[in-house]
Amino acid sequence: MDAILLQLLNGLDKGSAYALIALGLTLIFGTLGVVNFAHGALFMIGAFVAVTLSKLMEISKVVIDPTKVDFLGNPAKIKTPYVTEWFGSFGDWMIDYTIPIAVLLSIPIMILIGVIMERGLIRLFYNRPHADQILVTFGLAIVLQEIIKIFFGSEAISVSVPAAFAGPVDVGAFLGLDFSIFYPAWRLVYIAFSIVVLGAVFAFLRFTTFGMVVRAGMADRETVGLLGININKRFTIMFGVAAAVAGLAGAMYAGVNKPVFHMGMDFLVLSFVVVVVGGMGSLPGAVAAGFLLGILEALASMPLIKDAIASIGLPSIDQIIIYLVAVIVLLVRPRGLMGKAGVMED
Amino acid sequence: MSKLIMNRRGVLKSGAVLGAGVALPTIFTASSAAAYTNEPTGGTVTLGFNVPQTGAYADEGADELRAYMLAVKHLNGEGDGGMMNTFSSKELKGNGILGKKVEYVTGDTQTKSDAARASAQSMIQKDGAVMITGGSSSGVAIAVQGLCQEAGIIFMAGLTHSNDTTGKDKKANGFRHFFNGYMSAAALAPVLADRYGTDRKAYHLTADYTWGWTQQASIAAATEAKGWETVANVLTPLTTTDFSSYVAPVINSGADVLVLNHYGGNMINSLTSAVQFGLKDKMVNGKKFEIVVPLYSRLMAKGAGENVKGIFGSTNWHWSLQDEGSKAFVKSFGEEYGFPPSQAAHTVYCQTLLYADACERAGTFNPCGVAEALEGFKFSGLGNGDVEYRADDHQCFKDVLVVQGKENPTSEFDLLEVVEVTPRAQVEYAPDNEFFAGGSLGQCNDGSA
Repeated sequence: MDAILLQLLNGLDKGSAYALIALGLTLIFGTLGVVNFAHGALFMIGAFVAVTLSKLMEISKVVIDPTKVDFLGNPAKIKTPYVTEWFGSFGDWMIDYTIPIAVLLSIPIMILIGVIMERGLIRLFYNRPHADQILVTFGLAIVLQEIIKIFFGSEAISVSVPAAFAGPVDVGAFLGLDFSIFYPAWRLVYIAFSIVVLGAVFAFLRFTTFGMVVRAGMADRETVGLLGININKRFTIMFGVAAAVAGLAGAMYAGVNKPVFHMGMDFLVLSFVVVVVGGMGSLPGAVAAGFLLGILEALASMPLIKDAIASIGLPSIDQIIIYLVAVIVLLVRPRGLMGKAGVMED
Repeated sequence: MSKLIMNRRGVLKSGAVLGAGVALPTIFTASSAAAYTNEPTGGTVTLGFNVPQTGAYADEGADELRAYMLAVKHLNGEGDGGMMNTFSSKELKGNGILGKKVEYVTGDTQTKSDAARASAQSMIQKDGAVMITGGSSSGVAIAVQGLCQEAGIIFMAGLTHSNDTTGKDKKANGFRHFFNGYMSAAALAPVLADRYGTDRKAYHLTADYTWGWTQQASIAAATEAKGWETVANVLTPLTTTDFSSYVAPVINSGADVLVLNHYGGNMINSLTSAVQFGLKDKMVNGKKFEIVVPLYSRLMAKGAGENVKGIFGSTNWHWSLQDEGSKAFVKSFGEEYGFPPSQAAHTVYCQTLLYADACERAGTFNPCGVAEALEGFKFSGLGNGDVEYRADDHQCFKDVLVVQGKENPTSEFDLLEVVEVTPRAQVEYAPDNEFFAGGSLGQCNDGSA
């Protein structure tokens, strides 16, 4: 039981990343009608906002200490970060809370990047076939990840989570269970954070006038335009919002796993499958499918399941489970779990 | 119409034949002119450095490349000569190899066998490399070793730790200086039994390819012989980056030791997950939970940071060794790049020097001559004490280091502590040992056949 609960948590953890990226993909697809293959790259850039901030925080004043020697026998260099030098203990606190600060910073940065992307490139492809849009956004993703590689190298870079969230916490005790389930604190924060962001996006679309107009535009762009509303401007802003959601997810994820330049591509493919399984254009579908596939992926890597699969002579399925489920869902429900008729079918 | 189809088929057929002809290494056809594959005819000789520049082992690849470039410098008489000065063989004079200036080309294996074969093939066919060296990932090393055997090129394996490289997949044209899973297990098991006791339950997470399988089998056998029980062995895909779903089941499995048969980025991520889940501070079966990383490197220790403290593993070489060879290499590498070399850097530097020396002693670049010079070659002064390239399987035999993550590092490089130098005799095995059985070296191929 505890093993299954643990994997459920793992599934929620993975699922939150899928859901956040898939939500952005669906928002962009629903509003602008563009399949944005550069969305994974936005997630990656979010993570590298955290990396950059942590590198900036580490910039240090170097003092030669003649009493100590380095590995070659030369006098050792002692480094003190400038933020500590300038702000004292507040500087140390800033270094400790790099990721939360990066999350806040990533909102304006990502909205800016998103708007530039939409106005500068993607706008030009609205009236082109989906295949062209996929090609150009995929190309853009490659360009972005190669740029990151030039600046940060091909190695994964560690970003520390705040010390208060570094270890595991007992979820079992929290839930009032009679056995303990230790789960990394930061991953729990990540799950909670994702749920808050998802809720905020839904609330924004549901309860604000802006959101209402956007939803109306998603349903019938032409009529909204005829009513004298500049729907394109609002869609551009939605692209920025989707980019910010991906960026937030990425910046938070920097504490879960070490950011590396190709992480966006790793997530994009899976998130795209999530969107298809959830149903193209359906926001709740994307979120539900994100969590569902995350949980299935986690369960499939349990030794119990792996052994059971091996015992019937099949190779391990933990890496293909998502695709397997996608195949089955599409066979049974060709429009995905919550897909609507007419989307991408014209 | 039918004629047209026939014609089209004809075109397809001849295209296929032509394609096959082109796909065959052109060296087979070119070799009629030269005595052996890529015989250097001008004033230079080209070596091919095939290392991962992307993927889970990119860190090691980058360090390997640094060491290769340093070795080339030393061979060409630039720099301080590094371990050429301490090497027991005195054939290398700093005038290149056999009087020819050493040049090199590099390829990116991407830590994938097919990409590695493609880049090796390109270096052999397009760049005329007379020797291919590299690795990081045994899957890659074995694939490239096979390719070199067919092409008539010497393969000096880099960082490859699978038993199979010099076991069932050994080749007459391939040589490995690095140690292997069996040797790690033979060195590590006594230390583990001594420190953690003989009543332990081990849970293995294993990279799902040749290296992981053979190392896991070796470690499980050696620790079981000491009384340990292996409760589970879970295979993880090499491309995994988030190990949480593999680590979580360990917690309530009843195991009190986690063995991570992972290397490079894999190990950094799996160890990070294990620490995130609090395994290092856990008590199970009344004992402190322990994590073991059988194949360890300083680069991994650096990547994993604080998490490596107290963790045992084995390594081929470590920069803190105080013999003359190691000191010379650390000085040379440290002055060039500003940090000490990794074991990956060390092994490939040695391989380059050993190859060059074998060419000098053989008086030729002909792979069969070089292979003969390397077989049974005994040497010292390269940082591992007295070493022998065993003729039976082209495996180097030398002492193995058991290391532990340092509790109180004095610098950013001082991450591992050598706790034992396991003598060569303790890790040596018969060529027909069960872990290495099957396969044979076959005949040396110089590409002239």
